[in-house]
Amino acid sequence: MKRLARGVCLVGAGVGKFGAFPRKDSRDLFVEAVGELVASVDRGLDPGDIEALFLGNYSSDLFEHQGHLAPIVAHWVGLTPRAAVRVEDACASGGVALRQAVVAVASGLYDVVLAGGVERMTALPTEAVTDALATAGDALYEFPAGFTFPGFYAAMATAYAARYGMPYEALTAVARKNHDNGALNDKAQFGMTIREIMARRVAKARERGGPVPAWEDEREFLRDPAANPVVAWPLRLFDCSPITDGAAAVLVVAEEVARRYTDRPVRVLGTGQASDAALYGREELTSLRAAREAAAQAYAMAGVAPSRIRVAEVHDCFTIAEVLAVEDLGFFPPGQGWRAALDGETARDGRIPVNTSGGLKAKGHPVGASGVAQVVELWKQLRGEAGPRQLPGEVDLALAHNVGGTGQTCVVHILGRG
Amino acid sequence: MAEQDFTRAALEEHLAAGRLMGVRCPSCQGLSAVPRAPCPACRGTDLQWVELSGRGTVVGFTVVHVPPTPLCAAGYGRDNPYAAAVVRLAEGPWITARLVGVDASRPETIRVGMPVRVEFLREGTRTVLAFRPEG
Ligand SMILES: [Zn+2]
Repeated sequence: MKRLARGVCLVGAGVGKFGAFPRKDSRDLFVEAVGELVASVDRGLDPGDIEALFLGNYSSDLFEHQGHLAPIVAHWVGLTPRAAVRVEDACASGGVALRQAVVAVASGLYDVVLAGGVERMTALPTEAVTDALATAGDALYEFPAGFTFPGFYAAMATAYAARYGMPYEALTAVARKNHDNGALNDKAQFGMTIREIMARRVAKARERGGPVPAWEDEREFLRDPAANPVVAWPLRLFDCSPITDGAAAVLVVAEEVARRYTDRPVRVLGTGQASDAALYGREELTSLRAAREAAAQAYAMAGVAPSRIRVAEVHDCFTIAEVLAVEDLGFFPPGQGWRAALDGETARDGRIPVNTSGGLKAKGHPVGASGVAQVVELWKQLRGEAGPRQLPGEVDLALAHNVGGTGQTCVVHILGRG
Repeated sequence: MAEQDFTRAALEEHLAAGRLMGVRCPSCQGLSAVPRAPCPACRGTDLQWVELSGRGTVVGFTVVHVPPTPLCAAGYGRDNPYAAAVVRLAEGPWITARLVGVDASRPETIRVGMPVRVEFLREGTRTVLAFRPEG
């Protein structure tokens, strides 16, 4: 079994507001996340202590026409001449950047490293964002076939539904749960329950004096093709995470220096990462092999079973992705994951709370930042600092699951109270 | 020699000629509908092109209402969605392709497990791989 060569802890964490910010470039977004991080370090942080930056970013090249982002961001947060490394594994870029930081600290090369992620996506029109995201699949064999990113996960949803008898409407339970959580997160892009979104649409229609939609409840709202149009059937708008600008950062340090910064560090107990072929190279569409493999590595390193995990942030880029995730992570048996949100088992008061932050769905999905933002949420839950969405009782073990592309990359981290 | 070239360019020549070809590895009998060399399973380099039957079944599918730019330009979109599928070929390997001859406005009529047969679509100068329900 693989172990880290020495103990690694998190001693600071920050996330910027997620949303659409036409007046901010990715470097500005990252500065905001680092600001919250610095304020979170109990005994204060001298930025001069930071020895390197690992920055998750999927495609500033396509989204902002800016390559070579890491040194620019390093300059903006005052880190030059320290080493600055950009890490790209599609939507798993953030989680993999964290893992690279953990590995670098465990190796003994550095004691104090900044791991972060950033993406600025809203400057492009939707079609161009669709093109950019689709390049996370296979540009030679999947893009010409007409597959978009929602299309890939839609194909997984049809395969899953056919195999396990899931009604598509069950997926809306994932969206409703994550919006319920997002409503309690002031950093979320959509900090509103679906009921609140409904009410706002009704109020707007009244204001305009036009016909006022008469939805009975959330169910009816989500069935209305005008309110919830198909993006890639069977996935509709409310099955998809939004296009988001945002950034997140965590401070990764060697265990032996952690007490310099805090008495309440968060320990990195396990890390795992795996890769897989594009869809045409798989054996099934109803589970991500890379997720199962990365989870197995992380559980083995941490020496814990899935049943011990108290809270998880999983990669819900689409509602079906959360269903696959809770199965691939061993929280629910294959074929049962679709019932989890429906039965309340993944709600904040359920057996295994999933995506207390609102998830990618409600919090937003700035792709390169998402994997780091998940860990920021877990840091807050483990330290009892998650505010109105803080889980009651003992929160001692947490898991982050971050997927790149259609599951060609997956990275899993297990964190514990230090 | 073009036959020894296990690349997309080589596959596109086959598709343009109306042939669905795969690559077989005689050492491990591995078969792929996407050309690649050497064999990723056994590292064998003694690969061969083989013609595939073009029959298969749908493993998973979607009907895209928000297309990427090239398909937007070709007139697809919310009012004119198209279908795409992951297909398991009769010989075993999977391939991603357009799905034609289905009613994209009634996606509930498209089924996982549906038998399909290959078709070659001309789009500009390119040949795009597609499948159509059999019978
Ligand atoms: Zn072989």
